[in-house]
Amino acid sequence: MAEKAVRSTDAAPGTPTWRTVDIVVTAVLGVAFGVLFWLWSLLYTAAGPAFAGFPPSQAVMYGVWLVAAVVAPLIVRKPGAAVFAELIGATVEALLGSHFGSTVILYGLLQGLAAELGFAAFRYRRFGWLQALLAAALAGLAAALLDFHFYYPDWTGGWKTVYLALVVTSTVLVAGIGGTALTRALRASGALSSFAADRTRV
Amino acid sequence: MTPVAVRLAGWGFRHATRRAWAVRDVDLTVAPGERVLLTGASGAGKSTLLRALAGLLDPEAGDPTGELTVDGAVPDRRRQRVGMVFQDPDSQLVMTRAGDDVAFGLENTGTPPALIWPAVDAALDAVGFDLGRDRATAALSGGQKQRLVLAGALASRPGLLLLDEPTAQLDPDGAAQVRTAVLRAVDARDATLVVVDHDVESWLPLVDRVVELLPGGGTVEHGRDWRPAPPRLPVRQQHSPGEQLLAAEAAGYTHRGSDSPGLLPTDVVLRAGRTLAVTGPNGTGKSTLALLLAGLRAPTTGRVTAGAALTAGLRRPERPPHRWRAGELVQRIGTVFQQPEHQFLTGRVRDELALGAGDTARAGELMERLGLAALAEANPFTLSGGQQRRLSVATALATDPRVLVLDEPTFGQDRETWAELVALLAEQQDGDRALCLVTHDAGVVTALADDVLALGSTVPA
Amino acid sequence: MSLPLALGPARPVPLSAVNPVAQLTAIVVVTAVLLVSGDLVTSAVLVAAELALLPAAGLTRPGDVLRRTWPLLVSALGVAWVNVAFGSLSGAEAWASGATWALRVVALSLPGILLVASTDPVRLADALTLHWRVSTRFAYGALAAMRLVPLLAAEFETIRLARRARGVDAGADPVAHARLLVSTSFALLVGAIRRGTRLATAMDARGFDSGTARTNARGSQLRPLDAAFVVGAVLVCVAAVTTSVLTGQWDPALG
Repeated sequence: MAEKAVRSTDAAPGTPTWRTVDIVVTAVLGVAFGVLFWLWSLLYTAAGPAFAGFPPSQAVMYGVWLVAAVVAPLIVRKPGAAVFAELIGATVEALLGSHFGSTVILYGLLQGLAAELGFAAFRYRRFGWLQALLAAALAGLAAALLDFHFYYPDWTGGWKTVYLALVVTSTVLVAGIGGTALTRALRASGALSSFAADRTRV
Repeated sequence: MTPVAVRLAGWGFRHATRRAWAVRDVDLTVAPGERVLLTGASGAGKSTLLRALAGLLDPEAGDPTGELTVDGAVPDRRRQRVGMVFQDPDSQLVMTRAGDDVAFGLENTGTPPALIWPAVDAALDAVGFDLGRDRATAALSGGQKQRLVLAGALASRPGLLLLDEPTAQLDPDGAAQVRTAVLRAVDARDATLVVVDHDVESWLPLVDRVVELLPGGGTVEHGRDWRPAPPRLPVRQQHSPGEQLLAAEAAGYTHRGSDSPGLLPTDVVLRAGRTLAVTGPNGTGKSTLALLLAGLRAPTTGRVTAGAALTAGLRRPERPPHRWRAGELVQRIGTVFQQPEHQFLTGRVRDELALGAGDTARAGELMERLGLAALAEANPFTLSGGQQRRLSVATALATDPRVLVLDEPTFGQDRETWAELVALLAEQQDGDRALCLVTHDAGVVTALADDVLALGSTVPA
Repeated sequence: MSLPLALGPARPVPLSAVNPVAQLTAIVVVTAVLLVSGDLVTSAVLVAAELALLPAAGLTRPGDVLRRTWPLLVSALGVAWVNVAFGSLSGAEAWASGATWALRVVALSLPGILLVASTDPVRLADALTLHWRVSTRFAYGALAAMRLVPLLAAEFETIRLARRARGVDAGADPVAHARLLVSTSFALLVGAIRRGTRLATAMDARGFDSGTARTNARGSQLRPLDAAFVVGAVLVCVAAVTTSVLTGQWDPALG
């Protein structure tokens, strides 16, 4: 018999220790998203002129870079998954060659750490919508603050506010909601049968 | 190394995600140095049992019952005494060089570096791998990779060697290489051997006895002289060759950036009512030929042309198949890929078939005929190997194409699903349709082929 | 075009003699300098030094260089184009700004390409775990995942063909192209996770989760050459900044 669609529970923490499958699959996610990050960086650059009228508005494109920071913890449910996945993704992006250069690795590290806070706030016991959205928002916040420091120190407070709001909105929508939807689709495909996220008897 | 004993009493296991037991009521004793072939239908729990012996079942993954000991202790405590080889070599190699990969397991268990290289060389020698430690693993053939994986398992001199369908993904030549290597490795009887495989005939000369795992639970013992019942082959209906549907004229293919051709110029004619089997060793471009005939790749030399019966209704009938629109192509040439899951586009079996069939009535009829009706709502990716294969054939049939191209359709099937599939394909051999089978499975060729193409020469079967 | 992430044992090239952690240290130094400099001269000097190392990394034939650097060149040209066409500057100044940005991108990225071209990833994991005390579980786990990349690249092409065989192609419609790309990528991700799961089991079957302290059969040595390499990188950076200041081009920038 085929497995029916498996209902997951939000409150099914794994053990805090990383099993090999957790490490390898998180790294696989990191590599896959690293290639996506790189493509998105190209697109971001190419799309720049479309936002030339009001540069902060390009922040609507931000969310894609933070998907790994949400998806990896939702799947493997271990402390550190967001950092590990974002770090690998950023490294792959940097090795492929990005105009953001090696700074992407610093971004990956800090965005990952910020996303961790969203799950740490619930002591890594719950991995549902709320945690995903919170992690995405925090990662977006960290990214925006880094941008202010590295790229836009001269912007006015008004522009910064709009930029921050758009980055966070984008990350919540794309990384938070999109990341949760992606995790569900992966679960429905049966690919996550080795993870606590998929442990409801059918 | 000293061989170890294995004992199971009333053993069973239930996965955390399933209500049904994966295996149950298994009583089995394997003496030190004995060689056992474990067989049984897909889903009988052979792989689960083997993982349990290796101490690889995650305690989070389900509930065991009964008793299972390796060398008198629970498998968790005997991990270092056990070596295991799985099906797919590409999912087992970790390092980039052959020697490093064999050393991987020794490093993991804290072997002092000075002892590692002699052990690596001994293991490479035991499996007859003579390409050297520095050979890049990516550059090896399937059979060579799998022998390397076997060397990795043997390097720590296990007392129990577990093989989970180690030849299922190899061509006949690679499979023979691996079996020879296994025989060499256990020849001295200093390791107990448990092999799981569907290919009973090939392993029988190497084992002492056969244990069949029953799907409902329990086991049946067979002796060395036991032979599985031959599969019932469909009665082949001969059709006289009909009109020409598709032809390759000196069609060859060279991969971009490669110096040597992947497929030498080849002539093929597919006629209505005939089934052509394309055979030959790996590396001769069989799969590439299938892609050319299927209109998925353009030949780099020569050409592929479609007959009038196939081009009728096309917007631009003068174009070769690889330039047809996908929608036009799928109505005329159906293709079944080696890995079924590559072809799935939706989240439900029903949607998968409706996508090609256009109307739900035909989709329903196909599901009924192929025994997929009970799975209509299931996600295609979660089906078993045999079910996935039937679904991929069904999706190709959904548009009722005149030509059907299948690449290794029996790959990874057990005896039962093999027989089902051959019967299904035999049903498609009517007077209107042409089939092209790319395969190394001699059984399929015997059962279905009218003509055989072995590297450029077409001879009647 | 394939992504230049094809990992394998690099043929031993002269640069392979430099320990990966020494190369990483040099990368950190160069990156730090480029982060605070925003002028053409600093980037140009660094790029010149990096290009001089290409032969040492076995990248002598133009085709090989292009195969490794095309993503980087696409990025650099993209940045330059945006600056020239849409920047606030015009005329020669716009071109100068575009060139500055493009060179900076190249200067930031080439070191990583030199590392990948000259370093067997296994030696990198060895060096990281032995010298920088990176966790062996995570280092070799990540290594195993990276090894799947070439397999996945081949699989992507197969899945694309399989879609066409199912009657799905995008034709000229960009929306259909995007949807097809998304569905192909999803299928690839499912395959990658399954393969990763199988690989993890196979690694555990060889004691990767044994909990024993892992030994290393190859070792990883730090030699005088490695110190010399890092010192060399520092000297090149000093020379770059000095040249920039002396020519009056120095322009400290953030980002």
